[in-house]
Amino acid sequence: MNSLPILSILTIVPLIGAVMLIGLDSQSKRLARGLGLAFSLAGLALAAWLWKAFDGNSPDLQFVERHAWIPSIGAEYFVGVDGLGLLMVLLTALVTPIAMLASWRIEDKPQIYFSMMLLLQAGLFGTFTALNFFHWFIFWELSLVPAFFLIKLWGGPNRSAAATQFFVYTMVGSVAMLLSFLAIYWAVGTFDFIQLAEKGHNGDLASILNVKLGWYNLSRNQLPLIIFAGIFLGFAVKVPLIPFHTWLPMTYAEAPTGTTMMLTGVMSKMGVYGFIRILMPLFPEQMRMILTPLLWLAVATIVFSACAAFAQKDLKRVFAYSSINHLGYCMLGIFAFVKFTGSEPPWSTEKAAVLNGVMLQMFNHGLTAPILFCFIGFLEQRSGGLRGLDQFGGLRKVAPVFCGLMGVSIFASLGLPGLNGFIGEFLIFKGAFPLVTWATALSVIGLLVTAIFLLTVIQRVFNGPLNGKWASLADLSWRERLIVLPATALMFLVGIYPQLLIGKINTTVMQMVDQLKF
Amino acid sequence: MTWIAEHLWLIPILPLAAAGITALTKQAYRRFASSLAIWAMFGALVLSCMAFVSTLGRPTSAANLHEVHNFDWFQIGETTLRLGWVLDPLTAIMLVMVSFVSLLIFIYSVGYMAHDENYTRFFCFLSLFAAAMLGLIISNNLLLLFICWELVGLASYLLIGFWYHKPSAVAAAKKAFITTRIGDVVFFLGILWLYSQAGTLLFYDHGNGCLEKSLLTELVGRTTVGGMAVTTGIGLLIFCGAIGKSGQVPLHVWLPDAMEGPTPVSALIHAATMVAAGVFLMARVFPILDPNSIGVTGSAAALTVVTWVGVITAVFAACIAVAQTDIKRILAYSTVSQLGFMMMGLGVGGVAVGMFHLITHAFFKALLFLGAGSVIHGCHEEQDVRRMGGLRKWMPVTFATYAIGMMALSGVPIFFSGFWSKDEILHAAHGWHVSHAPFYLGIFGALLTAFYMTRQVCYVFFGKYRGESHEQRSALQEKSELVTHSAHSASDPHESPRVMIWPLIILATFAVVLGFIGTPAWPWFQNYLMGKKAVLNFGELVQPDVVSVLLMSTAVVIVGIGLGGWLYGLKSVNSADELDVLERVRPDIYILLKNKFYVNEFYEATIIRFNAWWAEFCDTLDYWVWNGIVLAISYSILGLSWVNRIFDENVINLGFDEGCRELRQGGRLLSLLQNGRVQNYLRIIGIALVVLILALIWGCRAS
Repeated sequence: MNSLPILSILTIVPLIGAVMLIGLDSQSKRLARGLGLAFSLAGLALAAWLWKAFDGNSPDLQFVERHAWIPSIGAEYFVGVDGLGLLMVLLTALVTPIAMLASWRIEDKPQIYFSMMLLLQAGLFGTFTALNFFHWFIFWELSLVPAFFLIKLWGGPNRSAAATQFFVYTMVGSVAMLLSFLAIYWAVGTFDFIQLAEKGHNGDLASILNVKLGWYNLSRNQLPLIIFAGIFLGFAVKVPLIPFHTWLPMTYAEAPTGTTMMLTGVMSKMGVYGFIRILMPLFPEQMRMILTPLLWLAVATIVFSACAAFAQKDLKRVFAYSSINHLGYCMLGIFAFVKFTGSEPPWSTEKAAVLNGVMLQMFNHGLTAPILFCFIGFLEQRSGGLRGLDQFGGLRKVAPVFCGLMGVSIFASLGLPGLNGFIGEFLIFKGAFPLVTWATALSVIGLLVTAIFLLTVIQRVFNGPLNGKWASLADLSWRERLIVLPATALMFLVGIYPQLLIGKINTTVMQMVDQLKF
Repeated sequence: MTWIAEHLWLIPILPLAAAGITALTKQAYRRFASSLAIWAMFGALVLSCMAFVSTLGRPTSAANLHEVHNFDWFQIGETTLRLGWVLDPLTAIMLVMVSFVSLLIFIYSVGYMAHDENYTRFFCFLSLFAAAMLGLIISNNLLLLFICWELVGLASYLLIGFWYHKPSAVAAAKKAFITTRIGDVVFFLGILWLYSQAGTLLFYDHGNGCLEKSLLTELVGRTTVGGMAVTTGIGLLIFCGAIGKSGQVPLHVWLPDAMEGPTPVSALIHAATMVAAGVFLMARVFPILDPNSIGVTGSAAALTVVTWVGVITAVFAACIAVAQTDIKRILAYSTVSQLGFMMMGLGVGGVAVGMFHLITHAFFKALLFLGAGSVIHGCHEEQDVRRMGGLRKWMPVTFATYAIGMMALSGVPIFFSGFWSKDEILHAAHGWHVSHAPFYLGIFGALLTAFYMTRQVCYVFFGKYRGESHEQRSALQEKSELVTHSAHSASDPHESPRVMIWPLIILATFAVVLGFIGTPAWPWFQNYLMGKKAVLNFGELVQPDVVSVLLMSTAVVIVGIGLGGWLYGLKSVNSADELDVLERVRPDIYILLKNKFYVNEFYEATIIRFNAWWAEFCDTLDYWVWNGIVLAISYSILGLSWVNRIFDENVINLGFDEGCRELRQGGRLLSLLQNGRVQNYLRIIGIALVVLILALIWGCRAS
């Protein structure tokens, strides 16, 4: 194994950048932007190197670094990545520079803005690589702080309310999660995800909790379920799962474009990541106990959010709800995955398909959704902040490149085969169908409604007679094209050759499938 | 394995590459775009013909009927998802048909779209369509077929909405995509079900494919809810996809609206090839619908459903076509009706019967649409048949070829292909063991077909010209945004340029000769699909049941054409505003048909309204209920803390304050840190961060 502490370097590089930028004086705007981009590109380069060096055939954690830290409370510095962590690191590294480029025109204290973006990136890198709850939680919260300030200082007219709502909401979830973890630590005596997962898999965790805690005469099932619920809340808010989602549309709509891109592209994945990394291994039994209500939540998330998107008049809100809808498929996949099926071999293919699908969907949504928000940002710049569904029309005539490229992203989001969105959804549905047939069958309604509202966007904004107000709207400049073209190319690449990603995650997935059966 | 079977992928890749290149080409390179598309299509046609020839010389056994080439796409757990392509007679004949018709329509488009400003894009979309359609035909995996199926839908969406400044075209495009997607999501469920039952989606895989004996034998034994066989359930779900794509009742509403697209698009996609994809899909998965066809005993209940949907569609759409006045809409409803016939043929007579009508129909319907395009072109974008008339004088070639197409569609005996292929269907329906109703309904549909086509031809080509004068039209054109053909100087209709005429002539030839490859006397087509050799035997023609059906359909055609000629031909219509003959006799029925049985209005009032209501409901739920709960909780917490604060300040603090005067100095210092200025917060967080990192490093050292 490589002795270079690559994962620590990965996290520290943006941190250094953040600290450097915050110290810059407010006059050197160009320098601030350049430095910000340079640091995020360095992160991308490191992530790319990591991607290349990662051995997709090995199920083990790779690039592991492990140092004792505060042994008395079980805090240990323990980082490493498997396929899932790697994929998320890559996603973070890809989205951050694009989000920075999309925020290029911010004139108000750009050095602080870019510093916050780097801080956010560091928090995300840390979250996706940490394997000990102690510092994982620090990074988890660390990413929240810059996001709050980014919304609060650079957001739209309702930014204060949005930022507060976002912060309080996520904070409540985090506190619940922290309390649950303290309970677990109290009972088990470790914060180590890997050790905890082992105990979760063989069912020890629940009995340890009961023996050690035994609060208020709760029954054998109730106590672990309560502890599970605390962690669940933390992640469900983050994803979000209906009904814990009401912070999202307002936050996405008010946040500056670059921040929305980070929020939807990567931060929403933190929740799904938590489900896969923590909740699923630690509490499979508890999830199974309440599987039916969980599935209802997933189906509700998919269907309600798609329908709500259809009723929106603000483009950002349309795509915000669409984002909830897409992550709903991930939730459906995860819940189908934990369904108890015994250890019969036929199901392992279905479960592998589901989990591969969930991870692909995380990546694909993380790629497509930010680009869509980026396009809306371009549109806002040109329209002076207008982004109503009915305020445009016929833009294809004056901005064919803009409409063409955004059209590609919209169809990727719609799940058109040949583009990235399809594979993830197909695999989730393929695996979930035999596992949880009714929920899957209901969820296809989401696929249909998504098509309806996305085509409505095309119809109202791109097509129809040209709205005279925008007769001189400029098409994408070369700089703007360069921002979105690499991502667009990646959409095609992943859509046509998904093995590119699956090759790195499949072994991890198979291991997870193996661990879950007992 | 032959070279062509190994390299079958080249056929869709050629137009795909053309589409990709033209997508990146500037609008100004018009000639380059169209030549590239046409040459790529020509290459695809040559390769298709090679594929076709290679299937001709094949040894005649069912075992090696299908030449397949499969490859790995990606891993799922320990298994691999494999895709592939297949070369068998079904693929080969479709390949030749699609690439040939496409090539002709591409050439025709050079003339038809000559003045369009988005000419380059048009050829890009056309090539994309051809690539997806050809991919659909060769695919050996239901998933790959579905992928191409969706891409075909995308191309259709782009092309219907090609004149994107027209709100009606855009609405039609959206309607087409969404209506077909309703069928597609159900089809998707069918795929998932098949995948979970069979474990593979490959059609043919050297004995292990889902359409092959061993796997199918296993599948037919399983039953699902209500004792229905699993294969029947899967078959019906897949059929829903075909209902959407092939415009069967009740999802037919998009197809007539799709005529908003340019006429070559209507001809290529919405008449000849794409809409037939549903029929092709049914033919491809036929063993699932009827396991008996490959020698596995099982339920063929799904076929009964296919038949009935087909019959209902055939008659329903034919009725509507009788009362339409838009030249393209008449043809569109005729297409819906003929697709119904194909489904019915598939249901009652098997793959060969449905496919034969598909192939002949593709040629004569493409011919009719291109003829209609020529008429529209010649009449300066007029589409209302009441404003045409007497055009045979001005457009002799168009008239002659159109008449051939009309006779082929009506099923005029002996010399026209439609006669033989429709006769096959009626014959099979006659012998159907379930019910005789489809046969009689089919006869009625054939009668209506002959009638409405005669009506249309009388309106368009006979009588006197009822179009507007030049002055009226130019006034009108100034208003409309359609700039395609505004530059004509003469007000009279005119014949189309040669580039548009030649495809008509070629298609007309095929509309005649194709019939002879599937007559009862020499059923070459039917045998070819099964990998057998055909024998010429005129004795077959005089078999009693064959002859009776032949005579009956002949009689029906004569009646239909006679009736149409009598009502519309004898006494020619004089002015465009005159009431239709039928409207004078039975206005109630005519209005009902003219309004297409009010299906659109019905959907408008039910499904679409419900959808809008439901979306509003979800939004409201989100805003008031979920958000409301959150707000209620947060306000109650705020309220509690307010009560708490009052209590603290007025009760506890009063006493406490006195004792803490000294501490206040310190407090003031601390409050500087909390002065609400966000920059300071940030600075503190920055410092805290540095401290944290130092602590981290220190922590590592210390332990």
